[in-house]
Amino acid sequence: MLTEPKEQEALSDELRAKIDLVLESHDNDFTQIVGILLDTQDLFERHYVPQAAAYYIASKLPVPASRIFDCLTFYAELSDKARAKYPIEICSSIACHVNNNEELKETLEKLLGIHVGEVTYDGRFMLLKTTCFGACDRAPAVRINGKVYGNLDSEEKVRDLLESLN
Amino acid sequence: MGTELHFISANFGKYDTSSIGSYMSIGGFEALRKAVTMDGEDIAKIVAAAKIKGRGGAGYDMGRKWTQARAVKGEHKVVICNADEGEPCTFKDRELIKQDPFNLIEALIIAGWVVGATDAYIYMRAEYACLRQLLLNAIRQAKSYGFLGKNILGKGFDFDIHLYSGAGAYVCGEGTALIRSIEGKAGRPRMKPPFIKVSGLFARPTCVNNVESLSIVPHLLLDQEGVYMHAGTPDSIGTKMVSVAGNVRNPGVFEIPFGTTVRDIVYNLAGGVPEDRQIRLIQFGGASGYIADASILDVPYTYDDLEKAGVNVGTGALLVIDERTSVLDFLTITQDFFSDESCGQCTPCREGNRHMRMLIEKLRRGEADTSDIEKMKKITRIMPMSSLCGLGEGAQHAMIAAMRVFPEVFDVGGAANE
Ligand code: FES
Repeated sequence: MLTEPKEQEALSDELRAKIDLVLESHDNDFTQIVGILLDTQDLFERHYVPQAAAYYIASKLPVPASRIFDCLTFYAELSDKARAKYPIEICSSIACHVNNNEELKETLEKLLGIHVGEVTYDGRFMLLKTTCFGACDRAPAVRINGKVYGNLDSEEKVRDLLESLN
Repeated sequence: MGTELHFISANFGKYDTSSIGSYMSIGGFEALRKAVTMDGEDIAKIVAAAKIKGRGGAGYDMGRKWTQARAVKGEHKVVICNADEGEPCTFKDRELIKQDPFNLIEALIIAGWVVGATDAYIYMRAEYACLRQLLLNAIRQAKSYGFLGKNILGKGFDFDIHLYSGAGAYVCGEGTALIRSIEGKAGRPRMKPPFIKVSGLFARPTCVNNVESLSIVPHLLLDQEGVYMHAGTPDSIGTKMVSVAGNVRNPGVFEIPFGTTVRDIVYNLAGGVPEDRQIRLIQFGGASGYIADASILDVPYTYDDLEKAGVNVGTGALLVIDERTSVLDFLTITQDFFSDESCGQCTPCREGNRHMRMLIEKLRRGEADTSDIEKMKKITRIMPMSSLCGLGEGAQHAMIAAMRVFPEVFDVGGAANE
């Protein structure tokens, strides 16, 4: 795996303490690894688990680092790469598709000036596609940091949403 | 008809979901009090008599499952509540957890009593993270009231509930994958045997039930007047939670007595199709479900009748798609879903999905010939036969049904297909 040089930097004491708290809230139980990683990535502004954090967690639990990376790359909700402050996940599944998620995607791309898979220059927004997250009764929907925003069927609503995130 | 019957959802909106006291004021935990005076086998028999089938989609006889789980020898049995409803268009369990979390907790304790388990694990999809605190709070309060922990209700019954989170992997709805995920691993399914009921979570005997299946039980135990047993049809007793979405005016979750027609569900409950457009197709039970055209509207929603009409109850999802979306467009999105979600372990699923996607694309471009259609048919036969888990088995259900219901789409001898 390629590493960004800065990712190899050690974690600050503050972050270590925060990760310790996450571990504690999961009873330092290695079977809770998925929950631990979900909480850990929320500690980072760009919602991912940097390598240093992954190794730190591995050192605290009776699991090899390879297990942590296996989980990070297996589960769609987890990321080992920097995302954005607001990763905007657009649902690409069928109920959203038949409620015009294509237009929603285009509106977001236009308003943010990026394509799906890209991050805005300031690291604030990223556009991603995801599969159904169970908000099909509010299609078309996006999810941002775990929160669902539905019925985004006009440019005005999308604009309002983006502004509310500022 | 076309009206709901609130049996499983009877508590919705009736109490403060953050307070056990509020739940108890509407009769909460009475079912558990009753259950612990009964023999577990008798409870399993009540469940069997109500013909409750697994409501996560597999449709396995729940009473039988409980009887089998009781019979398995072994220490530290566990019960798992599968709250990982990942089938697109399925969101009924979301409402059951959100609007009635304590009933689910009570149901799990009863399940533990019946099968003789020591622990329960709720595996909830990450998408429902907002419901996590609600459930944790319910578990905490149940513990402080002595409904969980040691010697519950003075019956020498020790039982605890643990909450685990998924992280966005559809395949984790599959039993063995779900178990691996709770064990702290990547959720890749494994080969069976050993079967879960003998050697499941942490190699212990394990009984997996869906949120809705479990949620019925407390209500059923207290159903003096036999409301549930009198609802529905002789074959499909009682009620079902359905989630309706797609091109309908009023998408949502409804509880219907079995036997309600599909038309009643789509038009009376879900408000029908906007601008009165025609229905192109309806998919039942999520992405791995079969599809039908509008001729299904007058079929009563029961296990038998739907099966005769070529579809399944599955998870209870109804996805309505109007005439603006073509069959091939629908199949493309469905195929993309499975290509995304296949874990890639076994070749038939990994490659089958990929190749099917390419063939659909070819068909869309009008470049497919009869040999391509033959290849598609072959894939629909091979994948269910040889895939490791249910994902690969179900991935081509929509395609199989489409070939039957819309043969003209695959008639490459004819003109353009869209
Ligand atoms: S299809 Fe988009 S949330 Fe379910």
